[in-house]
Amino acid sequence: MTTVETQLFQTEQEELISGSEAIAIACALADVDVITAYPIRPYDTVMQYVSKLKADGVFDCDFIVAESEHSQFEIVKHASAVGARTFCGSSGVGWFYAFEAITVTAGLRMPVVAMVGNRALDDPGAFGTEHNDALAVRDLGWMLYWVATAQEALDIALLSWRVAEDPRVLLPMAISCDGSFLTHSQAIVNVPTSEQVRKFLPPYDRGKLQLHPDNPITIAPQVNEDWLMEIRRQSDEAMHRSVAVIEEAYADFKKTFNRGDPSAFIEEYMTEDAEILIVGMGTLALPVRVAIRRMREAGKKVGFVRIKFFRPFPTEELQRVLGGVKAVCVIDRDYSFGSPSFAGVLFHELRSTLYPLEKRPLMLNFIAGLGGREIHTNDVNHMVDIVQKAIDTGKIEQEATWIGVRE
Amino acid sequence: MSTVAVEVVYRGIFQKSLARNIVRNIVFAARKDGKIGTAFGRYGDSPERNGIPAKQFAVVADNAEELEETLAQYEPTEVDVTINVDDTLCKGVESWAWYGLQPINQLTKPGGTLIVTSRQDADSLIRDMHQKDSPIGLSILKSTVSFSGLWVYKDDHTDVRVLGNLCNVCPQLVSLKSMLETIREQTGSETKVASAQKAYDTATIRQVEPGEGNPEIPYSFVLPGWKEMQEGVVIKAIEAGGGFRGGEGGYQPVRNEVFKKYSTRSMRPVINFETCIKCTLCWLQCPDTCFDVTPDGLYDANMESCCGCGVCEAVCPVPDCVTMVGEAEFEDNNSQWEMWQKDKEGYNSWMTLLVDKQKSETRTHGFHHVGGYAEEIANTEEVS
Ligand code: SF4
Ligand code: SF4
Repeated sequence: MTTVETQLFQTEQEELISGSEAIAIACALADVDVITAYPIRPYDTVMQYVSKLKADGVFDCDFIVAESEHSQFEIVKHASAVGARTFCGSSGVGWFYAFEAITVTAGLRMPVVAMVGNRALDDPGAFGTEHNDALAVRDLGWMLYWVATAQEALDIALLSWRVAEDPRVLLPMAISCDGSFLTHSQAIVNVPTSEQVRKFLPPYDRGKLQLHPDNPITIAPQVNEDWLMEIRRQSDEAMHRSVAVIEEAYADFKKTFNRGDPSAFIEEYMTEDAEILIVGMGTLALPVRVAIRRMREAGKKVGFVRIKFFRPFPTEELQRVLGGVKAVCVIDRDYSFGSPSFAGVLFHELRSTLYPLEKRPLMLNFIAGLGGREIHTNDVNHMVDIVQKAIDTGKIEQEATWIGVRE
Repeated sequence: MSTVAVEVVYRGIFQKSLARNIVRNIVFAARKDGKIGTAFGRYGDSPERNGIPAKQFAVVADNAEELEETLAQYEPTEVDVTINVDDTLCKGVESWAWYGLQPINQLTKPGGTLIVTSRQDADSLIRDMHQKDSPIGLSILKSTVSFSGLWVYKDDHTDVRVLGNLCNVCPQLVSLKSMLETIREQTGSETKVASAQKAYDTATIRQVEPGEGNPEIPYSFVLPGWKEMQEGVVIKAIEAGGGFRGGEGGYQPVRNEVFKKYSTRSMRPVINFETCIKCTLCWLQCPDTCFDVTPDGLYDANMESCCGCGVCEAVCPVPDCVTMVGEAEFEDNNSQWEMWQKDKEGYNSWMTLLVDKQKSETRTHGFHHVGGYAEEIANTEEVS
């Protein structure tokens, strides 16, 4: 095929690509310097496409296939320290194998951008999507984003470097993409020009933190309790600052590329007069939106809030949107065994978000779509029926319900 | 609302690029018609294995909202057209995505069309297909089944011929004009445009009525609930084997009751029991423990387990003792050794016929790929 490679990046193009391919193209547009890879499904679809772009001569970068995920993440961490723009990624247990490197990347304030192709954690070995892999970094200083479409994957990758590398932030960012639904299906995506991207994305400049012979520094000495808490507090502050930086960057993004939602952090769908709001992350947005359209036709006041940024968590926005409704229906494509309500991760985050409100909505949780099982519109109807019953009776019989599990 | 869905059923790896070219070009052509579309492979099938049946889909809609309606169910529950690029899959589809056998026409909606690339006639293809309770059209695109390997793509025009045929049998999908323009743009080849046009001009449809076809209920089984399953991701081992067919002599392993392989393979071994020297190599090397040891020390390949890899043919030291033969030649999965026992002469002449035919045939599998090209090109020219 001749179309993609030769004309790419000179003019705005419409391409038929998967979410993974969209991220690979974003790497080329952002002129990433160092990319490391180690194959694991479904993340490997990105490395395949990066290799192709490189082999086709469209994109020049140091593309290093490491011998394991641990090395893969170590290499980008080091490259980031010397001032290289970096990208890597993994899935499921591969992401977990890299965990030591993943924690230090955030600790050292390296703005690595990673893609997590969401995949169920072993055992049992399975390929389908589950959010527990990416969620594991939620406390460590990684910014964390959930994508719903291939276009969004490309757009958010571009935003990621801009935010992560901002001197006010300098934190790594993970882009979560549901395995299969996003990584393996091709949709029409608008690919911007390199010129547009250059305007939006300044070069990465670490300033005085850059490891260079002209700037002799030591990074990551061993410390004791005299130092550690202050270092953690710095990361906390950087995460606080990231909120405004994201807002600023997203506003600029919309101006440069002429697309985007009103908010960088959440997407609202038919929320205005809603009595029940469904909340979820990732590609489950699609069946949920379709189910809501049908429910609306039947006169049911249901809406949807898709959380895009999980870290930093959009607390105030969610308080505003969810505060007035009768009930919140949280769909978790994850689990947290033994947690306060024996429910999902998102559910607990939302409950603590809404706790300070004077008027708290009823909250119900649904664990669904684990291991890549599809969430159908009928499942969504079923959840809303259960929520409606709680509203009518004023009583929650069961906080967390597993949907679509064979009894 | 008008959404049109197409599935391509193909052999993993050998036909992956072929399937991809078909679904992508459908979406490109739809764009030219001012519509929107998406193309995707079924995740459960990948990473693909040599020859294991897999699927890719193309969904085309008038606008984004309609497309979303259809995609709310990721894998379509029905399609307007099923394209089967390997005629042996008319017997059914067993992929990695599930256990059991799915009829080739399961997703084809009432009044929809099944396109098959084949050199067989309609009657023999319909014999293989499971019955349906609604009519569908069968459109045979006369062609040698197009197989290639992992690193190569056999550019024999099958993709563009399928697309031309498709525009004829499903005019509501995309216009021929847009399709031809797409092919021109994507391939830069006027010969390919001409191939697509010719396939469009010569496409035929034969109605398949309810009640026509294979009356068998396809193999399937019930999945257990979470309370019935053993904890700790533990499954009970399959028992050790015993004598051949439960008798005293020989040996037959006990096999997994639920994981069977029928349409997984595109070829199966045929054994010449007269020339077998009982060297045990096929039995040792078969990756799926297919061989039952008969009381007379011969090796009978069990067709509930065979994936058609061809290893037995490759390791057998006796020329023509094990020959891989295309699945289209077989109507059942019966034991060859039992056939031979009943009527040795009859079996031997049937076997010789198959082996001779195979030599002039062009069907290939993973281990049997080299050398077939010259004849295949000639064959394709002859039928197109
Ligand atoms: S083709 Fe031969 S080696 Fe391969 S699975 Fe079948 S019997 Fe076994
Ligand atoms: S490899 Fe050939 S000769 Fe040896 S036992 Fe098998 S069929 Fe007989």
